Amino acid sequence: MAENELKELKAREKAELSAPAEQTRPGPAFIPAVDIFETDQEITVLADMPGVKAKDLAIDLRENTLTLSGDVESPEGEKEEEVLREYRTGNYYRQFTLSEGIDQSKIEAALKDGVLRLRLPKVEAAAPRTIPVKTG
Amino acid sequence: MIIRRIGGWPTWEWKSPVGELERMRREMDRLSEALTGPLYREPLAGVFPLMNVTEDDDDYYVRAELPGIKADELSISITGTSLTVAGERTIPAENEKARYHRREREAGKFSRVISLPSQVDTSKVDARCVDGVLTVVLPKAEEAKPKQIAVKTS
Repeated sequence: MAENELKELKAREKAELSAPAEQTRPGPAFIPAVDIFETDQEITVLADMPGVKAKDLAIDLRENTLTLSGDVESPEGEKEEEVLREYRTGNYYRQFTLSEGIDQSKIEAALKDGVLRLRLPKVEAAAPRTIPVKTG
Repeated sequence: MIIRRIGGWPTWEWKSPVGELERMRREMDRLSEALTGPLYREPLAGVFPLMNVTEDDDDYYVRAELPGIKADELSISITGTSLTVAGERTIPAENEKARYHRREREAGKFSRVISLPSQVDTSKVDARCVDGVLTVVLPKAEEAKPKQIAVKTS
């Protein structure tokens, strides 16, 4: 993709989660848009979660299931009255199944400008061994 | 033979079943709206970014979700009651060897104008982007603020 030929961004409604598996707060839950890519060493997840503060973001890796959930507080003050509403705010929730072993102790997560960057280093593959066969 | 129908549209047109479903959906929306209050409305403008506007006695608040966009990639201007938010979202290229499983995030440029309901004090507009959410605070012009009117007893 050429950087100088940026296309126009299209307005999209946030995808809403139809059956939230677990929810701690009432209200709509949304599925964050993600990029997931891997190299030989690690898997990287980038997720758009505008409005989530680092303290309200939970990342959980259990068995092979990665769960991202972020709570969003309403940015509006109590005295504010609605004039126009085009998007809704609510929590984010998404689960992924990872096929490879992840080194839990080396996971790194950073949240910046509403984008989560999660590094999941793979467990170092056991060095290949050749097994000598004895004769006699 | 000339047949004239009085009132209504000609019925010989083939009715599209999709149109009929759409009509039923609107009807259902109206019914549930009557029961539970106004529903969330579909975005009217369809232009990125989607915006929410609220007001209190002193200010208008315009908000938009712009994840991954830095303050210096945004350009915000105001003329009269028209607020323009324009910018560019870039997603830096990753490692060449990266193999993608999902690619849902989009890069691109955008420009949107929104009209405010009344005059604002253009010299005191404040904009900030926190956690990927842009908030523009626009103080209402003095004449647009609500005023208490005392009722005198004669």
